Amino acid sequence: MTTTLTPRALDVHEELYGAQLPSWAAKAVIGSGVVVGLALYLLGLNLVLAALAVFVVSLALPVWSLAVEGSRKATDRLVTVLVTSSFVLAMFPLFSILYTVISKGAPVLSAEFFTYSMRNVVGEGGGIYHATIGTLLITGAAAVISVPIGLFTSIYLVEYADGNRLSRWIRFLVDVMTGIPSIVAGLFAYALFVLFFGEGVRMGIGGSVALSVLMIPVVVRSSEEMLKLVPNELREASYALGVPKWRTVAKVVLPTALAGIVTGITLAVARVIGETAPLLIIAGMTDSVNFNLFDGRMATLPVFTYSSVRSPGIPPEFSIDRAWGAALTLLIIVMLLNLIARLVSYFFSPKGER
Amino acid sequence: MTSTQAPAPGRTPVRRPGDRVFAGLSLSAGLLILAILAGVAIFLTVQGIPGITASPDEVKSGQSFLPYVWPLVFGTLLAAVIALIIAVPVAIGVALFISHYSPRRIGQVLGYLVDLLAAVPSVVYGLWGIQFLAPNMAPPYAWLENHLGFIPFFAGPAASGGRTILTVSIVLAVMILPIMTAICREIFLQTPRLHEEAALALGATRWEMARLAIFPYARSGIVSAAMLGLGRALGETLAVAMVLSVGVGSTVTANLISNDNPNTIAANIALIFPEASGKTVNALIASGLVLFVITFLVNFAARAIVDRRKEFSGAN
Repeated sequence: MTTTLTPRALDVHEELYGAQLPSWAAKAVIGSGVVVGLALYLLGLNLVLAALAVFVVSLALPVWSLAVEGSRKATDRLVTVLVTSSFVLAMFPLFSILYTVISKGAPVLSAEFFTYSMRNVVGEGGGIYHATIGTLLITGAAAVISVPIGLFTSIYLVEYADGNRLSRWIRFLVDVMTGIPSIVAGLFAYALFVLFFGEGVRMGIGGSVALSVLMIPVVVRSSEEMLKLVPNELREASYALGVPKWRTVAKVVLPTALAGIVTGITLAVARVIGETAPLLIIAGMTDSVNFNLFDGRMATLPVFTYSSVRSPGIPPEFSIDRAWGAALTLLIIVMLLNLIARLVSYFFSPKGER
Repeated sequence: MTSTQAPAPGRTPVRRPGDRVFAGLSLSAGLLILAILAGVAIFLTVQGIPGITASPDEVKSGQSFLPYVWPLVFGTLLAAVIALIIAVPVAIGVALFISHYSPRRIGQVLGYLVDLLAAVPSVVYGLWGIQFLAPNMAPPYAWLENHLGFIPFFAGPAASGGRTILTVSIVLAVMILPIMTAICREIFLQTPRLHEEAALALGATRWEMARLAIFPYARSGIVSAAMLGLGRALGETLAVAMVLSVGVGSTVTANLISNDNPNTIAANIALIFPEASGKTVNALIASGLVLFVITFLVNFAARAIVDRRKEFSGAN
């Protein structure tokens, strides 16, 4: 009875890890999916359907995994595919919007487009000079109103309130205020101005008030976060030198947080500059240039875009083209503001915080 | 924040005029914000009441207030809820991808990309929706009508231009995606590292780790993110006003792909207000008040949920 033990060659890797797909499996499946999708797209299939094909081919990965690795790993791979494709799905509208706006808007942009108003223009020609002026004035005035209020509120919350009940309520309601629909802000401005100027009032400054309602909470929240980041040692050092509290805030705390505050304000401006609904209500629309915030209707870029699409006139092509041009201009302004905000926070924030 | 100034016993601290002015200024700024919020409610109520009580022949719609506003409320809720149903799974997926699936190094860049979606003005979304998305959605709608027409949602007749409430909801879903993603991402990243590592050490796969460690921790955050997104979707005006083709009269229908759609409150205001006068304006303001109350409640609930969690700083 001598059975010679002939041990099976022990596969250490297999023993330790169980059956596994080769490490190149994911890359191979996704890669072949992309190849298939690309081929279908080149064969004339719609881009969306081609993307769908990539997704379907990718589903082969969990199926393969189910056969080799078992259900737990297969679920894991399935989720990985789903999560990744949800990101790709979210990127699709972004690039679609950017591509559409740039490709349709760029041919419209010209010197004439930026320097002419729509006064007495029928059909071709004309431009967005009046709307650009209106947007800059109204948004500027909104910033002038919101920045002091927002900044002082955040100073109150961080420096003076000491976490009392009032400050908790302010903080909470500011958060709630960020959710006010923009059109409600416009109606508020209208309801306010009607009291003084009578029915049918249209005024640039009303637009600024409406935008301020939307902008103040953003300024408060971002400035508050920035003021909180200022180290307490700086304040204490200042007090120790006998500096009064208000000078400490003005000369020590604010300068330290300045870069962050400017970033926050720029982002807030970028947020409200594209608002259409409140301006449609209270600032109205006109074809002429209006420099006076306190008198009469004022055109703005978003409202110009909207009304160009809404009532394009005959023939409609020229008006639709101008709408794309105005949309591209608006998009460029917003993206520039975002870029400026990031650059400010990158270059001017205190060293060591990056 | 600064409680460094406990006065020495028996000595009143010096109060300089500058201090008093500065403290007063900042306190009044804070109070002013409360006043503005109260003002929004008060002015809308004052201007809205004549619209609520107006008799049907005084307003352009020729209806008294409740029958006038009910289809609008229905349309608002319908569009927003469908948008939410589309956006929540995608937002969770994107947030999970950025926080746990993508390489750490590029995670931040991907976050910026999603945030870019938030920077696009709503009028641009509207333009994109009406000129690009709606025409491209028309063929799928026709397909849905032919093959799934027995479901009431897809009863049709399918809109040939694609300007349906489903298209609107897709646009809204894209618009609320960034804020929901930002909040979900933030909480996912705050999941205690030890919980994650414990799950992994027990042999959990990455998905099981997400289910065991991340989701239980982030549940209330996800709920509040969804409600904030809902608040945004309820109040969105221009994209809806531009894309939606509104039915004649007041429609209350679950049919998602036809030309006969219920309008939303905000879009209705944007469409009617520029040419309205008299009591019609008051009726519109009253409908705005209804919208304000709905969004206020939704946001209030969302923020209350967020505030219950002290650790979470509120990504906004």
